[in-house]
Amino acid sequence: EFRRFSLERSKPGKFEEFYGLLQHVHKIPNVDVLVGYTDIHGDLLPINNDDNYHKAVSTANPLLRIFIQRKEDADYSAFGTDTMTRKKNVLSNVLRPDNHKKKPHIVISMPQDFRPVSSIIDVDILPETHRRVRLYKYGTDKPLGFYIRDGSSVRVTPHGLEKVPGIFISRLVPGGLAQSTGLLAVNDEVLEVNGIEVSGKSLDQVTDMMIANSRNLIITVRPANQRNNVVRNSRTSGSSGQSTESSLPSSTPNILANFLQGEEESDEEDIIIEDSGEPQQIPKAAPTSESLESLTQIELLHESTQNGFLPSSEMNLNHSAGSVSMEYEVQDAEHKSLEEDGTIITL
Amino acid sequence: MRRFLRPGHDPVRERLKRDLFQFNKTVEHGFPHQPSALGYSPFLRLMAIGTRSGAIKLYGAPGVEFMGLHEENNTVMQIHFIPDQCQLVTLLDDNSLHLWSLKQHSGASELREEHRFTLKGPPGSPPSATQITAVLPHSSREVLYLGTESGNIFVVELPSFRALEDRTITSEAVLQRVPEDYCNRRSCELVEALREHPKNPDQILIGYSRGLIVLWDLQNNKATHHFLGSQQLENLYWQRDGSKFISCHYDGSYTQWPVSSDNKQPEPLENLVPYGPFPCKAISKIYWQTTKNGLPYIIFQGGMPRASYGDRHSISVVHGSQQTAFDFTSRVIDFFIIFSSEPTAEFDDPSAMVVLAEEELVVIDLKTAGWPAVHPPYLASLHCSAITCSHHVSNIPLKLWERIISAGSKQNIHYSNMPWPIDGGTNVAPDPPQRDLLLTGHEDGTVRFWDASGVCLHLLYKLSTVRVFLTDADPNDNMNTLGEDEWPPLRKVGTFDPYSDDPRLGIQKIYLCKYSGYLAVAGTAGQVLVMELNDEDAEHVVDHAEADLLQDQEGYRWKGHEKLKTRDGVVRFEAGFQPFVLVQCQPPAVVTSLALHSEWKLVAFGTSHGFGLFDHQQKRLVFVKCTLHPSDQLALEGPLSRVKSLKKSLRQSFRRIRRSRVSSRKRRGAGGNASEVQEANAKFDQDALQEMELAPVQRKIEARSAEDSFTGFVRTLYFADTFLRDSSRHCPSLWAGTNGGTVYAFCLRVPPAERRMDEPVRAEQAKEIQLMHRAPVVGILVLDGRSTPLPEPLEVAHDLSKSPDMQGSHQLLVVSEEQFKVFTLPKVSSKLKLKLTALEGCRVRKVTVANFGSCKTDDYSENDLAVLTNLGDVQIISLPFLKLQIRYPCIRKEDVSGIASCVFTKYGQGFYLISPSEFERFSLSTKWLVEPRCVVDVPEVTSNNHVHNKSGMENTARKS
Repeated sequence: EFRRFSLERSKPGKFEEFYGLLQHVHKIPNVDVLVGYTDIHGDLLPINNDDNYHKAVSTANPLLRIFIQRKEDADYSAFGTDTMTRKKNVLSNVLRPDNHKKKPHIVISMPQDFRPVSSIIDVDILPETHRRVRLYKYGTDKPLGFYIRDGSSVRVTPHGLEKVPGIFISRLVPGGLAQSTGLLAVNDEVLEVNGIEVSGKSLDQVTDMMIANSRNLIITVRPANQRNNVVRNSRTSGSSGQSTESSLPSSTPNILANFLQGEEESDEEDIIIEDSGEPQQIPKAAPTSESLESLTQIELLHESTQNGFLPSSEMNLNHSAGSVSMEYEVQDAEHKSLEEDGTIITL
Repeated sequence: MRRFLRPGHDPVRERLKRDLFQFNKTVEHGFPHQPSALGYSPFLRLMAIGTRSGAIKLYGAPGVEFMGLHEENNTVMQIHFIPDQCQLVTLLDDNSLHLWSLKQHSGASELREEHRFTLKGPPGSPPSATQITAVLPHSSREVLYLGTESGNIFVVELPSFRALEDRTITSEAVLQRVPEDYCNRRSCELVEALREHPKNPDQILIGYSRGLIVLWDLQNNKATHHFLGSQQLENLYWQRDGSKFISCHYDGSYTQWPVSSDNKQPEPLENLVPYGPFPCKAISKIYWQTTKNGLPYIIFQGGMPRASYGDRHSISVVHGSQQTAFDFTSRVIDFFIIFSSEPTAEFDDPSAMVVLAEEELVVIDLKTAGWPAVHPPYLASLHCSAITCSHHVSNIPLKLWERIISAGSKQNIHYSNMPWPIDGGTNVAPDPPQRDLLLTGHEDGTVRFWDASGVCLHLLYKLSTVRVFLTDADPNDNMNTLGEDEWPPLRKVGTFDPYSDDPRLGIQKIYLCKYSGYLAVAGTAGQVLVMELNDEDAEHVVDHAEADLLQDQEGYRWKGHEKLKTRDGVVRFEAGFQPFVLVQCQPPAVVTSLALHSEWKLVAFGTSHGFGLFDHQQKRLVFVKCTLHPSDQLALEGPLSRVKSLKKSLRQSFRRIRRSRVSSRKRRGAGGNASEVQEANAKFDQDALQEMELAPVQRKIEARSAEDSFTGFVRTLYFADTFLRDSSRHCPSLWAGTNGGTVYAFCLRVPPAERRMDEPVRAEQAKEIQLMHRAPVVGILVLDGRSTPLPEPLEVAHDLSKSPDMQGSHQLLVVSEEQFKVFTLPKVSSKLKLKLTALEGCRVRKVTVANFGSCKTDDYSENDLAVLTNLGDVQIISLPFLKLQIRYPCIRKEDVSGIASCVFTKYGQGFYLISPSEFERFSLSTKWLVEPRCVVDVPEVTSNNHVHNKSGMENTARKS
């Protein structure tokens, strides 16, 4: 069955509304369905939340082809790259030049079925030779499952090539989180842990930093195999390249603060048991109890903002002070979608 | 987020920080590690000690100390003071000579290296030609005579170290007039000793190792006398009047030689082997001291019968019919005699013997009958028994201070009353700001109380917990019990005794309440003793209680050591801290945390299995809480049980060796002397090291889990009177933090004083906080309504602290190895945190609240956290905002034992072990600085000296 209807591109609304609209249009009000669409590469991708719905709408050119399947007999493996075209496109050739013959197409599962376990983030602000990987230990039983070692790497310095000590991944435990993501490999050089450079730090220090961040570990590596890198130029042809480019001002400290802020939010919550009752998460103290010191700091920063700070940092400040501006939220959402795109690109 | 906005840019705060914080390593307490040389200046009355790491330390009157370090870090072989000068020369094992001077600079003397010099031989000569073996600073203060391995004696000018080649005394010149047959038999070999004639500075006595001794005339550059010794020479000593000298030899003999103008080849007056007739060890140094009554003191090192006592480190003192061989527990490095140095005095009249042994300094009073030891005011051997823990208490009330001193003085009755004989220099440091105690726990079950107020760390009182227990140590195992007619007349001196009779006696935790005099100590075998200060000797029964920390947990078997057996019935205790109750943890695992609340009369203790609370007033266990994770088998078996048992077996074998040594005194001594022990230790260390190196250097990255081992290990205990349940009523509470990141809070009900004995103390668990990062909790602290840490028990009652603010809301600070977190109370919500490890990759090892005063104004002070990390950095973190104020590198990160030994004081000072026997003292405060400040004045002897001194002063004036 085919239906055709129009949608206002600038105001796509929420996924729930859209889902209701589809059910209404097809006159199947009480049937659970899977919604998919084909993106510009001809990949069949799911629509099941606001983010990928907005993405779908924004990529419609001008037509958005939507596929609806009854959930019971849905074929989950239908989603993925190359699913519609069934031919090797240029992008996958670049990404997997060595094994594209043997490997079948990549299957994308439904994002709501499980938590994210890893992602590549900040692709646009890192050099192409680096990769920033986020491992979500939270909620999984899988061990992180990797080892690090001392080593030396060659750097280009003003005095020519120089051998400097570095930290490297020495081993991946089979079945561990690190191995299962495929984003980390033995002999990858570790450059940063949760935004903090490891150069000059000892193996034990880096170990402690990683363990301290183990619930939400973000490692920036220089992969040993540089052939799998995301090539910057081809990225613009990717499914979302242009949208991030335009919406995110690429000032590094700002982005760093962004994701650390996110980490702060998603950070582990300690548990309290009162009078041998039920364990509960310890809430954050009300902002009113925030120290005077922090208030003075905010004032300080306001002053400096007037002295020519980037407006973007003001947005961050607003966020930290608890009053989230609408503009910021949009930005945040875009940022998240970028993360997920990262996963898709390299998987 | 806020951490990205640099808070440090506030100029007012930055200025204040400069007024509050400053890092200084101020003084080293204790006994220098691996001493290698000793020197003494009778003129300055200063002693100098050199070490194998190239340090030299000068000591005079208490508080007068100087330290210098040779850049080369080579072993100091010899130290010689320049006669009548504030200068000394050191010889290192790289054959370099160094001239050091004490010069005054802005009101205090400083030790500085002035020159260095390496003797150069003629081109092509072997290195042995210039290898220095003997140094003689001439009394003219203008030249140094340097005896070498080649037998030549070189002369260098002072202070320039210019070689005076034309004045070299060659061995050929010396041998010219020696009889042919003697010459043929033995060449000169190396120069063993150089001694200036006591009356005639133009004559020096030269001793060669093969036995030849020559009296050399410096004016005419020729030998005046040849003394044809037949034994290998070790050392020489002039009698005071210069008519005779004495030589000591490798075969354990000494010989007296007359010096007269007529006889050019004198025969020995007397040749004696004091511990003959069987072969003896060498006598390496000898003194001949004249006295008014005519009987000389003959004091010599070594000479013991080779077979039976060859392993002893002895110095014998012979005075008429009295003879004692002082027997040291470690190798004798060197010794000197303090005697009348007045040139006009007719006799030596020795007053004291100062012996530098490898592990301690021993001073013997030679004037008092029985030759008792003198209690040194410094250079304490902290490691008499290995230090296992330390505890610092600041600002001791005078009353307690006096009582401790009085208890200690009763222990020191066997010491001589002689004033400290090394009394040069003047201490000009201000009086210590307060009375501070440093308590060290030792492996042998003792606690030593040190006066840590000033520069001289000295022992006030020693407490032993051994009497409470039955140990397998033989009470008759006393090496001092000697029969009347024992020969040689050995007498053990010194306190260094590295052997613990039972490692379970080791002290692990100490808590002293300075207001009440209650002391709690806890040890390796789960023993917790509560003590009270008693000024009199007393006999009483120690109450026993058991705390079963496993409670209902079934199916566990403790594989560690057994608990100590206790002595039943009445036990006699000497004046001082006397135990009145013993709480025995079951299983008897090492006690890992301890807290005492003297006002509530409660003691809390924790092990790897759980924690408990004991009411020491009613002598009743209040509750126990098991913290052991059901799957944690390792904790039950005792951590590192294999390593421990290995250590134990080593220790046992040493103890066996020692026993056999003691019992076989008359027979051939067993081989186990200290150097062998050290060798074995070194080998053990080496093996362990090799084992470590074989393991691949990689680190596993894994999140902590609740199932990790030792999560139940109780790391910290804390008493607080705070709002635990609701914000209207505060109550006593006990807080415990574990290795697995759990914090338990118990609400306590302590009956009011009038019903304290009638009603039981009750406890109820009120809260349990699980930190999701699961790092070990190393500190818990409650801040009052003004964000000030709660005062210590009884502090308010003694009017020494403001009462805590019970109106505003309290906050809870939990310090884990990785994070600092502030929670609100009574409703626990997280307020602030500092994620130290995530940011810097370092972990908290020690944390204390310290009060910092401003050096600019007296009316400003603030409380901050002093933190030591596993990287050896000291950080100061503000309260209550948890902002890093400042960071100083303090201890090398490889120095694990140094980091583990660190204690902070409440006023921003700290101590850590730089060797088993030395504490380094450091200060983080601008206000409280305890460091040596002293002046050494040159007693004006000659005009020449005066001029020199003056020019020295001008020099420093110009420099400044």
